[in-house]
Amino acid sequence: MILRRPFFWLVLLASALFVFIPLRSNNVLLREDLILVAVAIILASNLNLMIGYTGYVNFGNIIFFGLGGYVGLYLATVRGWNLMLAAVVAGVAVSLFALLFGLAILRLRGAYFALATIGVLEAVQAFVSNFNPWGRATGMYVSFSAYQPLGGAMRALWITYYLIIAVMALSLILSLAIKNSKFGLGLFAIREDEDAAVVLGVNATVYKAIIYSVSAFLPAIAGTLMFYKNGMIDPSIAFELTLSIEAIVMLMLGGQGTVMGAALGGGLYETLRSYLLTSPKLSSFHLVIAGGLLLLVVLFAPGGLIGWLYRLAPRARKVIE
Amino acid sequence: MSGILASMIDGLLVGSVYGLAAMGLSLIWGVMNVINLTHGAMIALGMFGMYLLFGLVTTNAYLLLLPVIAAGLVLGIVVYWMAVHWVIGRSELMSLLSTFAVNMMVIGIGTTLFSTSPYNVNFSLPGITIGAYTFTGNHIAAAVSAVVIALALQLFLYRTRPGKAIRAVADNREAAELMGISSTAVLTIAFGIGIALATASGALVSTMFPFTILSGGAYELKSFVVTVLAGLGKPAGALLAGVLLGLLEGALTPFIAVSWIPLIEFGLFVVVLVALPHGIFGRATA
Repeated sequence: MILRRPFFWLVLLASALFVFIPLRSNNVLLREDLILVAVAIILASNLNLMIGYTGYVNFGNIIFFGLGGYVGLYLATVRGWNLMLAAVVAGVAVSLFALLFGLAILRLRGAYFALATIGVLEAVQAFVSNFNPWGRATGMYVSFSAYQPLGGAMRALWITYYLIIAVMALSLILSLAIKNSKFGLGLFAIREDEDAAVVLGVNATVYKAIIYSVSAFLPAIAGTLMFYKNGMIDPSIAFELTLSIEAIVMLMLGGQGTVMGAALGGGLYETLRSYLLTSPKLSSFHLVIAGGLLLLVVLFAPGGLIGWLYRLAPRARKVIE
Repeated sequence: MSGILASMIDGLLVGSVYGLAAMGLSLIWGVMNVINLTHGAMIALGMFGMYLLFGLVTTNAYLLLLPVIAAGLVLGIVVYWMAVHWVIGRSELMSLLSTFAVNMMVIGIGTTLFSTSPYNVNFSLPGITIGAYTFTGNHIAAAVSAVVIALALQLFLYRTRPGKAIRAVADNREAAELMGISSTAVLTIAFGIGIALATASGALVSTMFPFTILSGGAYELKSFVVTVLAGLGKPAGALLAGVLLGLLEGALTPFIAVSWIPLIEFGLFVVVLVALPHGIFGRATA
């Protein structure tokens, strides 16, 4: 039972803190910082389902976020749907898209799969840049009146913040639930040795397609919420390859394959990045520092922070999953 | 009709430079099974290397290719020992990430030095005019240089002992080691050559089009497309596939908006990767 895992309650506690701390002090700046952290955690923990659990490197993970943003924003602004409904429909639509593409490209393994995901990302970006209903290269804007149904722009920002925190909590709980399920064991088996897993009766094709599609759902919802909050979307920010790879960096930093690692890596990397970007001396240097950090992690601590913690205190595995 | 032909010829010229860039990527993949994500950054360094050298010595820009290639070779060896050597034989995620880390650092330093504003190499050769169309001299010279470098690489790989050692290691590393070939030395040289090809193609691009420090990324993606068309790890096919991609671009440009071309290219890329993983020229040699 997931309710008996201490980590489940840890996730709920952390999410509650995310909600109450900025609310009590009515600190809008803190809220804006935390929303970026939450999005980083959502991206990293859903990517973890592919990279950490299944062993497939998805370089195009950001298309889920970007496409979700596009579908959701289109439904919420052009079609005038309720925001929550638009976000959920965007999540379902992007998951279906991922299922279809997954069935095709998941026949590839290793580096070939990684390359194909880059190809899909670039092709989707090129398509959206030419797609008339979504504003082609200039993208879409949220007009001010679109925030009215939520009670004005100020209230709408707080509401999207709560929703994003909820998606973050759901992401972590989903990761935890999959990790402790038979389905999750099947994924781990595929990661360790796909051929052996198939021989032992794991339907690898179906498992991989399902996890690829599942890993698309929550990022797509987060995409709708985030771009709705930002008020605009365009192809170059929605489908940025660098952002995709930064999600991988977060995962490596925290420790791939663990729920806590994805959360920790996402939080730390995003905090570091906003510190570097806003510091006047270091802003153009942030890529150098992030790259150096990534290289050090890859060469010297491939298990990330959580891997290091596990080696230091093996008992921590019971609580920190 | 002749307009399409002219556009295709220009595409062919530009495509041979795509092919040269892809040869570097393909060589590294073929020899050590590493997808080199520093490729784009190295192409960009080639562009800026050419720009800086041309600022120092104003001569025929194509003569400056030689120092750019030499610098690329050294740079490749440095990058190999910094980031690649330690991840050979580990899961592909590790080599993808370590090379991408170097890419981030190079781009970060480059952005600090050159910002992201466009530069160009102010050098032009007289073009050739046929009827109503003029083919710019730089495109012709760049294509000729690319083909010469590619032929030199083929000669090196097939006619010299170190070249043969590289092919032996690509075929079967353990067997090559048993024959007394030091695979570490071979991998170092092969990586150096791969990077040298990337910087050379960057230098050639800089004589044709304006560029920024981020331009390498676009050519890196084109190199992926070309490499996959040719079949991963087959440098000789890469030049041909590059020319084909250039021809395709040239043939499409008169008919559709340029912004659709990436969709066609990457669509083709994914389809070829899934349907013909050994490339359009047939079965893998491995």
